[in-house]
Amino acid sequence: MDKMPRWADVILIPLFSVVLALIASGAVVAFIGENPLEAMAIMVRGAFGNAYGWGYTLFYATNFIFTGLAVAVAFHARLFNIGGEGQAALGGLGVALAALYIPWPHWTLALIGCTLAAAILGAAWAAIPAYLQARRGSHIVITTIMFNFIAAALLVYLLVNVFRVEGSMAPETARFPAATHLPNASQFAGFLGFGRSTPLNVSFFVAIAACVAVWLLIWRTRLGYEIRAFGHSETAAVYAGISPIRITMVAMLISGGLSGMMAINGTQGEAERLVIDAVQGAGFVGIAVALMGRSHPIGVFLAALLFGALYQGGAELEFEMPAISREMIVVIQALVILFTGALDNMVRMPMERLFLALRPKARS
Amino acid sequence: MDFMTILQLLDSTIRLATPLLLACIAGLFSERAGIFDIGLEGKMLAAAFFSAAIAFSTGNVWIGLLAGTAASVVLSLLHGLASITFRGNQLISGVAINFLAAGLTVVIAQTWFSQGGRTPPLTGAARFNEIVLPGAAARIRDIAQQGPLGQIYSELISGHSILVYISLLIVPLSWWVLYRTRFGLRLRAVGENPGAVDTAGISVVALRYAAVMICGVLCGLAGAYLATGLSAGFVKDMSAGRGFIALAALIFAKWRPWYALYACLLFGLLDAVGNRFQNIEIFAVTVPVQFMQALPYILTVVILAGFVGRAIPPRAGGEPYVKER
Repeated sequence: MDKMPRWADVILIPLFSVVLALIASGAVVAFIGENPLEAMAIMVRGAFGNAYGWGYTLFYATNFIFTGLAVAVAFHARLFNIGGEGQAALGGLGVALAALYIPWPHWTLALIGCTLAAAILGAAWAAIPAYLQARRGSHIVITTIMFNFIAAALLVYLLVNVFRVEGSMAPETARFPAATHLPNASQFAGFLGFGRSTPLNVSFFVAIAACVAVWLLIWRTRLGYEIRAFGHSETAAVYAGISPIRITMVAMLISGGLSGMMAINGTQGEAERLVIDAVQGAGFVGIAVALMGRSHPIGVFLAALLFGALYQGGAELEFEMPAISREMIVVIQALVILFTGALDNMVRMPMERLFLALRPKARS
Repeated sequence: MDFMTILQLLDSTIRLATPLLLACIAGLFSERAGIFDIGLEGKMLAAAFFSAAIAFSTGNVWIGLLAGTAASVVLSLLHGLASITFRGNQLISGVAINFLAAGLTVVIAQTWFSQGGRTPPLTGAARFNEIVLPGAAARIRDIAQQGPLGQIYSELISGHSILVYISLLIVPLSWWVLYRTRFGLRLRAVGENPGAVDTAGISVVALRYAAVMICGVLCGLAGAYLATGLSAGFVKDMSAGRGFIALAALIFAKWRPWYALYACLLFGLLDAVGNRFQNIEIFAVTVPVQFMQALPYILTVVILAGFVGRAIPPRAGGEPYVKER
């Protein structure tokens, strides 16, 4: 019998953990001599105060939905994919290749093509750690981290030596052709007040579609059932005829593909060229997003929104309180991972006791 | 390549292997007790920052070392709290600690020194300087005058900071503690079969906390060496994946101290070669510098792929211990 009602498990505990993480973050802000409440107000105003803020908040959230879903799918198979950063970098490479070398007639086709290319390269980058985990038992956490470093070196090499425009010093590709440019929010939602330079673009809808697709995959298909069964108990899954090697590979390929798809937002949608260090930590934020969202697409969506707001609000905060550097976001992210992930039982145990105490006496 | 170049290469191998070795032995104590620790990286980073910051403020590197070690131990206790007391996921806790250190060091450095997340450069008594052993030459010109044996003594054996010699002493010490003391036997037992240790009336929780604390102290030394020995000051993300490479070395060494030394020397050599030869030509093909930089990470994957024999981790590793009720 459950110790707690379901709503407490999926809503109350994550909420409580996030509040604890925010209190701890506030303590850090107070420690470096700034007013945490004032900082909070600046962040909220910066993220949600106007259409400009919303544009950036949703733009960042789009990235985090993709990487959060990626980590979540792997979590369902009890695999810890920390390689989102490298897989997304390779996804950027896929977008660049598809956008630069294929003459697309229209942006809709270009979006589909670039999404596929990004997913394929992202999945390919996850394939080697997945294979090594499945076949040789190498620890996927360490191999995916190593692949992040290798991806960074590879991208630097390619951008400096292969893709760099003749005569330019900047390590980035040429601008993508106009036919691949995605409509941004000022074009499809200009009536909401989004300016011409807003980074928010149609990739946001691809991200929402990805949420629905992941939900269907995990809870409404045979493969999703197998992934969850494998995650709950490997021995039981093997007994039921589920191949651990196949599930490990498939789950990691989907995970890598989702990470890679992140690149359509920043690379195709905003920068319209592949720049160096295009991922900017979004792969790592995915871990916090997936943990906070309890690996459920709705939770991931909400958590991604929160982190999008943190990123945009953090940028404003750095502007208005120069004493607080941008890395404060990394601290908040770490505290969210700590409280919602590692210290989960710290909140859960007292909460369970509370609900047991509140439960009406058994009718015997 | 002449004899002197080889010696210089081996000399920087030892320098670069030292932080890896200290972190590797740190991980060894923790993992032998059944606590996986991918937070080595973060602990090194935190120790690097606090040792550099305090050494700069006080002008005394030893006080810096103490502060760095304390920072690392605090993070270790956090890991212990999450993974031993609250039986949380050890991997997630390690990831959180890595991010916490990566963020906090820069945030604090920015408010403290306002130099873009770094500490001012350390000089004089604020860093660990090279020790010239008796009878050794210190200047390159003098070393070049000596015979081969003298060159080996002066270049390779002499002229390191005290932490290098300490780290080399820690290897036999760890071996002795793990295999020749009662504490070591219990520590290894708690990583293999905590239930048996509990039945014998020994506290699993206390043993694991002790292991995690030792891990914290050693990571502290590793980080302090990075910022005050190998370089002169803290810069953002200066640990650069060394914590993870140390973990790979630990697996390569199959969780044994002496093999950890050899594994770390191998990674140190790789690093030294990559630093010294930025562009290598092999069969008229120029190997790009980025490949040389990625080489330690690639080798780590190759080693983890088990091409060097099967590594079996401590059996109870990663599993929180729940006393029977």
